[in-house]
Amino acid sequence: MRRLRSAASGWIVLLVLVVLWETATRIAGSLYFPPPSQIAETARQMWFSGPVSSLFLTDVVFEDLFASVARMLGGWAIAGVLGVALGVLLGRSATAMDYCGPIISFLRAIPPPTLVPVFLALFTLGTPMQLATIVFGTIWPILLNSVDGARSVDETKTETARAFRVSTVDWIFGVVLPAASPKIFAGLRISLSLSLVLMVISELVGSTEGIGYRLLYSQRQYDFPAMWASIVLLGVLGFLFNTGLSAIERRVLAWQPAHRQAALAAGTGA
Amino acid sequence: MSTMLEVTDLGHRYGDHTAIDRLSFTVAAGELVCIVGPSGCGKSTLLRTLSGLVASTTGHVALHGDEVRGVPDDLAVVFQDYSRSLFPWLTVQRNVEFPLKRKVSRAERRARAAEALEWVGLSGAGAKYPWQLSGGMQQRVAIARALAYRPALLLMDEPFASVDAQTRFELEDLLLRVRREHDTTILLVTHDIDESVYLGDRVLVLSKSPATIVANLKVDLPAERDQITTRESDTFVALRAETARLLHGGGTVRPRVQADPEGVAARFLAAERAEQAAQASKRHAAQN
Ligand SMILES: Nc1ncnc2c1ncn2[C@@H]1O[C@H](COP(=O)(O)OP(=O)(O)O)[C@@H](O)[C@H]1O
Ligand SMILES: [Mg+2]
Repeated sequence: MRRLRSAASGWIVLLVLVVLWETATRIAGSLYFPPPSQIAETARQMWFSGPVSSLFLTDVVFEDLFASVARMLGGWAIAGVLGVALGVLLGRSATAMDYCGPIISFLRAIPPPTLVPVFLALFTLGTPMQLATIVFGTIWPILLNSVDGARSVDETKTETARAFRVSTVDWIFGVVLPAASPKIFAGLRISLSLSLVLMVISELVGSTEGIGYRLLYSQRQYDFPAMWASIVLLGVLGFLFNTGLSAIERRVLAWQPAHRQAALAAGTGA
Repeated sequence: MSTMLEVTDLGHRYGDHTAIDRLSFTVAAGELVCIVGPSGCGKSTLLRTLSGLVASTTGHVALHGDEVRGVPDDLAVVFQDYSRSLFPWLTVQRNVEFPLKRKVSRAERRARAAEALEWVGLSGAGAKYPWQLSGGMQQRVAIARALAYRPALLLMDEPFASVDAQTRFELEDLLLRVRREHDTTILLVTHDIDESVYLGDRVLVLSKSPATIVANLKVDLPAERDQITTRESDTFVALRAETARLLHGGGTVRPRVQADPEGVAARFLAAERAEQAAQASKRHAAQN
């Protein structure tokens, strides 16, 4: 009940802000700041005025939104698989991090957008370059959290598994990964937000489609309502992905008593 | 009775610190042997070397005649720290099944786990997670997991040191019942003199670090034991006193005149209990 009420009050505040924004922008009448109603109308025309056969979605949705989201989630997923696999390997090895730690610290200190030109030179314009940017930019939180998580398996569990001669597969998938999963999820969550940012950046630079490209294109056309619609869309996407991941996390980590309490305390659990 | 475990000249050193020094003893099939020794004397180290978790520096271990190298296939361990030895992401039933994955089919795993949980009186708790159970119940899960594995030898490292006195009595009786019904061979390590005498068919008394065996006491109590009448019996009291004296004296024979053995035993016990209480409260504090 309390959860419901606190979630509702959050939405009410948002609604009030939108109304205020609407009033303020109407009064100001600035070209650069169209009122939310106009942004919404533009968004409707751009994305939701398609034929019934495609659920009212326009071609732009398929070209921009789906392409962008596919790249973002694809890059994030690749980073997830690589990051967890490498992280568990490094974390379970006694010495590997001594060798690799400094390199990782250095690599993750490089701001990923600065590598866009490098990837542009290496790959062709488009998806491979964008995927490379997203993977490179999002892998570090996952990798480092996986290392931490893999190391968090305590001595008693290690000895229990060894005493029962648990197979390597069961050891990794049945003990190490579950023990590391809270940390891994923390890394995945940071990376998910990063992947959205990097998706936009990579599209601003070298792309002919996608939300980022559409954003830049609208701005160059002085189509400010369309530009704002893209910005709002990015916000909505970020919110949806985060909520989705939180829901998955809550399910996967349901065994964790602490997680349950934290989820309850945080209200929505986001 | 055939020999289940034969230990010869077993020693282990951490660097230049000798933890256990040339221990030799045997455990017969079906026997429950308690090893009692002061904290830090090397009891856990002994169990680790026996189970192949660490390599011994000297000596041999043979399990049903086979020389032990690495971890043997049919050996189970119950650790003191049940909250860590159970896997919190698995339900109770899955925890018990987990070590069987390598050995038997899924259906058989289920059946064995359900059966073992019934033995320890936890039939209804299979779907729960460990943290939803009390400490004593969690340790029963760990015991069920070991039993479901059907080990030739069950090693227990201070299995009841982290539960309250009442639960400890219950678990002790549960262990006695289970081993009687299922003919399990058990080697149990403890620092609690009463417990070693109450549970054991035999008690091996270890000296202070480095651990050596100072006595091998046969426990002449009836197989059926009872928390009240057994502990009151003269045999129990005498054995407990003797064990305490051996532990306290570290093996040197004390002049009888000086003894008041009961008094020594009582003081020793009081000290042990106080230490346990301190440890328990530390653990409690650490958990919160
Ligand atoms: N991994 C280790 N490295 C070095 N010394 C250890 C290690 N484990 C235990 N010891 C030492 O060996 C001695 C015996 O320890 P342990 O076997 O745990 O005793 P107990 O179980 O009887 O309390 C102690 O002095 C302890 O400090
Ligand atoms: Mg110990």
